[in-house]
Amino acid sequence: MNPANYLYLSAILFSLGAVGVLVRRNAIVMFMCVELMLNACNLAFVSFARINGNLDGQVIAFFVMVVAAAEVVVGLAIIMTIFRTRRSASVDEANLLKY
Amino acid sequence: MSPFSGALAPAAGEISARAATGSFTQIWLLIALPLLGAAILLLLGRRTNAWGHWVGVLMSAGSFAIAVSLFLAMRQESGGNRAFTQHLFQWISVGSFQVPFDLRIDQLSMVFVLLITGVGTLIHIYSVGYMSHDHERRRFFGYLNLFVASMLLLVLADNYLLLYVGWEGVGLASYLLIGFWFYKETAAVAAKKAFVVNRVGDIGLSVAVMLMFVTFGSVTFEGVFANAPKANQTSLTLIGLALLLAACGKSAQFPLQSWLLDAMEGPTPVSALIHAATMVTAGVYLIARSSAIFNAAPTAQTAVIVIGAITLIMGAIIGCAKDDIKKALAGSTMSQIGYMILAAGLGPIGYVFAIFHLLTHGFFKATMFLGAGSVMHGMNDQVNMRRFGALRTVMVVTTITFFAGYLAILGIPPFAGFYSKDKIIEAAFAHSTLVGLVTLVGAAITAFYMTRLVAMTFLGKARWPDDAHPHESPAMMMVPVSILALLSAVSGFLLLHDNWIVNWLEPVVGFEEPVLGFNVNILQYGTLAIVVVSAALGYVLYARRPVPEVAPVGSLLTQAARADLYGDAVNEAVFMRPGQYLTRFLVWFDNRVVDGAVNGTAALIGGLSGRARRTQNGFARSYALTMLGGAALVIAALVLVRL
Amino acid sequence: MSGLIASIDQSGNTGEQIVFWICALVAVIGAVGMLVSRRAVHSALFIATTMISLAVLYVSLGAPFLGMAQIVVYTGAVMMLFLFVLMLVGVDSTESLVETLKGQRIAAILLSLGFGVLLFAAIGNVSVNLAVGIDGANAVDGGNVQGIAHLIFDRYLLAFEVTSALLITAALGAMMLAHRERHTPRKTQREQSQDRVRSGEPQNLPGPGVYALHNAVGTPALLPDGQPTDRSVPEPLRGVSAAVGVDHQDTLRVNTLAAGGAIIPVTQEDES
Repeated sequence: MNPANYLYLSAILFSLGAVGVLVRRNAIVMFMCVELMLNACNLAFVSFARINGNLDGQVIAFFVMVVAAAEVVVGLAIIMTIFRTRRSASVDEANLLKY
Repeated sequence: MSPFSGALAPAAGEISARAATGSFTQIWLLIALPLLGAAILLLLGRRTNAWGHWVGVLMSAGSFAIAVSLFLAMRQESGGNRAFTQHLFQWISVGSFQVPFDLRIDQLSMVFVLLITGVGTLIHIYSVGYMSHDHERRRFFGYLNLFVASMLLLVLADNYLLLYVGWEGVGLASYLLIGFWFYKETAAVAAKKAFVVNRVGDIGLSVAVMLMFVTFGSVTFEGVFANAPKANQTSLTLIGLALLLAACGKSAQFPLQSWLLDAMEGPTPVSALIHAATMVTAGVYLIARSSAIFNAAPTAQTAVIVIGAITLIMGAIIGCAKDDIKKALAGSTMSQIGYMILAAGLGPIGYVFAIFHLLTHGFFKATMFLGAGSVMHGMNDQVNMRRFGALRTVMVVTTITFFAGYLAILGIPPFAGFYSKDKIIEAAFAHSTLVGLVTLVGAAITAFYMTRLVAMTFLGKARWPDDAHPHESPAMMMVPVSILALLSAVSGFLLLHDNWIVNWLEPVVGFEEPVLGFNVNILQYGTLAIVVVSAALGYVLYARRPVPEVAPVGSLLTQAARADLYGDAVNEAVFMRPGQYLTRFLVWFDNRVVDGAVNGTAALIGGLSGRARRTQNGFARSYALTMLGGAALVIAALVLVRL
Repeated sequence: MSGLIASIDQSGNTGEQIVFWICALVAVIGAVGMLVSRRAVHSALFIATTMISLAVLYVSLGAPFLGMAQIVVYTGAVMMLFLFVLMLVGVDSTESLVETLKGQRIAAILLSLGFGVLLFAAIGNVSVNLAVGIDGANAVDGGNVQGIAHLIFDRYLLAFEVTSALLITAALGAMMLAHRERHTPRKTQREQSQDRVRSGEPQNLPGPGVYALHNAVGTPALLPDGQPTDRSVPEPLRGVSAAVGVDHQDTLRVNTLAAGGAIIPVTQEDES
């Protein structure tokens, strides 16, 4: 089978994640869509590792995972803090930086 | 037709000037004295009100005394050695453009200096009496002195640029004096008009100076006249035409004649000195001085003759229909200067006679203007001749002196005008029959309207208004008038006696004897006959018949003459209105297009940024959308590059 | 496991193909489900599904370590963290389907579609019909884990150290954000019990969900007299529950029951 299939799958998942970020209003669901995009990148890295025949891609995917975890921690803490003061998890409520 | 050719070409202004020695080192004093007088009177102001006028008279008389002494010294020299220059300082020194502040006195400028200071001093004395009721008399004398200083600078300059300074100076003095009673709107407007029309002429002089520098590399008389015969015809013609334009402006010739009649708003001494004897003759001086240029440019000479002829007739026709005594005399001035300009345009056969007529005209026209001033003084400043009449009964001295001037202008021998005007007519006929006939016709009309003027004022029946008590003017006024009247009577004979004036001026402007196809006596008697007939006609029409106190409607020609032959209307239509429309258009253009563009750009940017800032709506998701768009563009670029 | 790995070879293996297609389908369905769910908890479960199927794909791609790490770290830790926060934030709240920004939805779908097409074009340009295969790389150090370990502690040591520092920083950041500064001294146990007695309600407060129809944290508990009380709702959720609204029908039924009346059966309303 064509190893590029994995890449196509990764592209599809990435696009779906992008749509999700733009369309959903709940901050936590948006964050989940970002995680989906990161997973799609991981898949691409791993399949490239397989295509090129060395493990560098897998190592990079590993580091992506680490960074994603750290990011989730801080991001959710921020969302919690915002929710505590604003009583709402909708992203559209935080629009004070408008013209 | 043309003067005899093949003879020696006359030396035109080429007598070499020597550096001033002895009494000639006082040339600068001629100008400095009246200038000092003007400075004292104008700068010290009201403190000098009590004695200021005497300072003015004194300075003018001082200049006259020095002029007489210089004249006597000049007579000691021989004909070709009478030119002296005095170098005062280097005025402009820029690369090859060198203009020294030099004064030059030769025979031509000598006669002018004598005329200016002599007639000027007499008019200064006259003004002491005439302006005795005016609070601003001191300012009047300040301006008069300023005028005398500028006019002397004009005739004593040794280069065209310095002449221009004097030229501008007399223009300024004329403006100040015409608008002396500036609170009168008509006077202020007339002063402005005079200045503006003069300005148009000044363009001619400045263009001429520039052309001279380009063509000859110098603007001094020596530099220009020495190189004049060698320059190319086009440059010379252009310079000549430019100088003619300048002369038209200053001497009120067609087409720049519209200011002279309005200039009569000024006090009568001003009209006498500036607009009869001296300033308006500056144009004739310019042409006579530039004889070298005009001799080498026949086209320019023809233009001069044409202008002179047109103005001659024009002034005469206007003078026939004016009821204001000063305006009638102004029309006469315009016409007589037309004679002078015409004579100057005839070339070497006419230069001397132009200057001769200039001198005699200065005497008799000043006489008549001062006489008119005396009449006005006696009639409560009334100027309408229809309310005069039979003044010979109450103002005897005025009548006698005025008649002296009247006979002179008609050209009745032995009065001055006979000699000078007849010589011009002779030279005109020597040039061409057509020009000669024009001068003859002009002489006839002159006789007619001058007789009309004299008849309406001094002869006939009295038509005085009820509150008028005409009386003779005081001696302070009448003595200078009498002196001038005497000069009007005898100067012609004296100057032409032994061809004195011809011999005096020949080394400077050159002279050729005019050759007539017929006997000169025929011309003289014929002219005299025509003049007498015209005068008789005028006498019958205006002295014998009653003069209506309200002007009748008159024929079309009369109406046209009253409207200055529509000179003002033409100026307005051709220059003023288009100029006004142009400025209005420019204002509109500035407001709408220029400001519109600037404001429009600002508004556009404001509008655009107003729209553009709406993209910042504060929603993170919109920003994320833009980010995705950008990322898509980057990928697209990469894909395309790979392709 | 190694047998499975051994069977995953160069391209063309049928087993791998079957695994790929099934997992790919599941992953895409999970992603789409996450997108369209109205409730956040459903979205979290859907994405967990996607992540697990991705883990299977990693294993089939010859990266068993990464697959396990995906399940343990990503699905097990990260997604559970998501769920905890969802509980705290409001598990009941649903999102309305109406889009508030004009044209956002259409533009998003079009742009993502275009983005996807561009990626497809880019991938299509890369012609890789023959993959080198990961077996060789895996065999270098005697196994996938050993190989990854070799790389982490050899070539990518600096990145490793930096990311560990990043983790520590993230933990500190979270602690700082969650910290609440005390401005008044903490009440001692003695003071607390004194306050309780003085308040007039010394008894235990009802726990969440007593007599309530739902056991969500945000739903207020009912007092013995039938009144809903906000005191059972944790503080961050108090206003939210009020916005959600108390179920008056239930209160009515409880009151009727307590008074001794009969219950009229009512249809189950959709939770708002």
